[in-house]
Amino acid sequence: MRKCSIDNINDVLKALSEKIPLYLPVDRLDGKATYQKYQEGKVWSNALNTERSAKDFFFPQMENLVEFKTQGKNVEVIDIRDEKQDFIIFGVRACDVKSFEILDRVFLSQPVDTFYKSRREHGIIFSLACSKPNETCFCSVFNIDATAPAGDVTLWKTETEVFFKANTEKGEKILSEIDSLTTECGEETVNEQREKTKKILSKLPLSDLDLTNFGVGKTKALFDSPLWKEMSSTCLGCGTCTFVCPTCQCYDIKEFKVGDKVTRFRCWDSCMYSDFTKMAHGNPRLTQAERFRQRFMHKLVYYPDNNDGLFSCVGCGRCLSKCPISMNIVKVIKRVGGKENE
Amino acid sequence: MQKVSREILVDKAISLLNQGVVKAVFGWRKGEFDYDVTPAVFTTEKDIKENFVFNGFCGANFSKYLVAKTVNFDGKILVFLKSCDTYSFNQLLTEHRFDREKVYAVGIPCDGMADISKVKEIAGDGVSKIDFEGDMMKVTTLYQDEPVEIKLGDVLLERCYNCKSKKHVAYDELIGEDGEVLDSNRFDEVAKLEAMTPDERFAFWQGELSKCLRCNACRDVCPACTCEKCVFDNPNSGVENKAAANSFEEKMFHIIRAFHVAGRCTDCGECSRVCPQNIPLHLLNRKFIKDINQFYGEYQAGEQVGSRAPLVNYTTEDVEPCDVFKGGEENA
Ligand code: SF4
Ligand code: SF4
Ligand code: SF4
Ligand code: SF4
Repeated sequence: MRKCSIDNINDVLKALSEKIPLYLPVDRLDGKATYQKYQEGKVWSNALNTERSAKDFFFPQMENLVEFKTQGKNVEVIDIRDEKQDFIIFGVRACDVKSFEILDRVFLSQPVDTFYKSRREHGIIFSLACSKPNETCFCSVFNIDATAPAGDVTLWKTETEVFFKANTEKGEKILSEIDSLTTECGEETVNEQREKTKKILSKLPLSDLDLTNFGVGKTKALFDSPLWKEMSSTCLGCGTCTFVCPTCQCYDIKEFKVGDKVTRFRCWDSCMYSDFTKMAHGNPRLTQAERFRQRFMHKLVYYPDNNDGLFSCVGCGRCLSKCPISMNIVKVIKRVGGKENE
Repeated sequence: MQKVSREILVDKAISLLNQGVVKAVFGWRKGEFDYDVTPAVFTTEKDIKENFVFNGFCGANFSKYLVAKTVNFDGKILVFLKSCDTYSFNQLLTEHRFDREKVYAVGIPCDGMADISKVKEIAGDGVSKIDFEGDMMKVTTLYQDEPVEIKLGDVLLERCYNCKSKKHVAYDELIGEDGEVLDSNRFDEVAKLEAMTPDERFAFWQGELSKCLRCNACRDVCPACTCEKCVFDNPNSGVENKAAANSFEEKMFHIIRAFHVAGRCTDCGECSRVCPQNIPLHLLNRKFIKDINQFYGEYQAGEQVGSRAPLVNYTTEDVEPCDVFKGGEENA
């Protein structure tokens, strides 16, 4: 393990970003943190997490796939792929790091999504351990250790120091390149912080969420619950929950035409939308209750069914703080999975 | 603490339900914390007793929900309306968007609603409990030994900070005393934007609108946006877009929406309240309201059912279009 003084973190960021473009959480004018590209003057945010999740780096909201140019009867296909450059994401929390594993299972299984794969291969992840979790956090419910996130390098931040630990070859290589800015150290301070944080985590208000009624094989028991209709009755169908969610992975492919040029792009889609998965015969989910059910059943039952029991929620709490009507996965877990539904 | 207590609303809801006056009740349902209140439909006395809340986090305006909920509903629905909500209610009636006969509206006084993100800016993260005492809140967090005391007036939603009216313009029954239309400062921020150069203004909106996720929450919550199929959702419209393909499209959605609600927007503030990216959408709408007031005389959408909005009316006194244009020039 290596460390540097917090006063020198800018030197580290500068040194890293001179080699590879680096993105880190920076406070926006309204005080909310978002990932921004490092350049002199950008200050690493102290916020617990970013407004939008880190999935944007591998699965951006909008990406152009290919272009066509038409001339008479000829169609020229233009390769515009640009996801071939290495980049560093600095300060990713444990929940978001876990979300990459969930996305990998979708995009890297056959047929492999080569856009996603290429970005994943070029991304270097510096994760950051939590020490002040929020009341909306419930990562521990999904067995995520917020005090020791995975990633190529793990970071711990205290009031005075930043600690670095490499977990992969990629991580070791990049840390060795900034050797002169860090010093070798023991793990005592980090372990102390971890113990303290673990105590806080165990006492968080949502740490006792009970998932026993969800997971593999629970479709039949939950699908027809009357609560879907009741709980979705004021859902706006806005899809905010799906857009801020680090594990939501649905997209649509569309074309944008200007003159003789056609750009084929993909953009995020949302199961909460009325035209989601619209087919020739129409939309398979006619009511908001069915769409609402889809979102939560996918996270808590269908995905686990197809992925060895792994839930596709990481407890980041974004949908809790962002839903305009304050409806969210925790309320669903408590009511649909609770006594009311037995 | 609001002037009217939860108990009064609960008693009202239960008595109207038990008397058979209404068959369902729109109310705020308690959440996991004290601030994550969900708008909900209640149909049983038990559910109301256990889960109905009324506190400083009941910003949600139920008016728009009436459009969908009254269709095919057999009987009346009780809805509680804060003064600002009653303007949306009237505007929807003006546009014939729901059947008035199916609604029992109870006006309730409001001291302003809080914005949890402002509370967290002061108290910090980890808010585990909020107790209301008079116009103060005691905010208990995971990280401070003592609760943090915050004045409701310091953490109000933008629209409440600039409340335009404490008067209820629609109700079947009113709880408490009615208030007055207020002199608000709601156009101050618009004036600031007008004072900018066009380039500065462009940069301001570019910066704000580029944050947009296109979740459409602003549109979905807007009581003036009640088209059955929005053009932006309709694959057959040719302009459907789920994400902005370029920076032109980024602005297009907002400009079109602002124009579409111009003259019908009551300035209810829901769009800015729900935007997950904190985009000050109210400034777009208020610019239209300010201009309409300036060019066509004071007009408040929703003040009266059936009023003819200046933009869909014609009088010989109407301002000439070229003067409207000059109005823009002067500001440039
Ligand atoms: S659950 Fe909330 S965020 Fe998700 S679509 Fe419904 S209203 Fe929007
Ligand atoms: S469902 Fe909500 S809490 Fe779970 S990962 Fe998605 S945004 Fe986070
Ligand atoms: S609510 Fe905000 S982020 Fe969503 S579409 Fe409207 S402006 Fe954009
Ligand atoms: S545009 Fe915004 S302020 Fe105006 S009526 Fe719609 S939600 Fe309310």
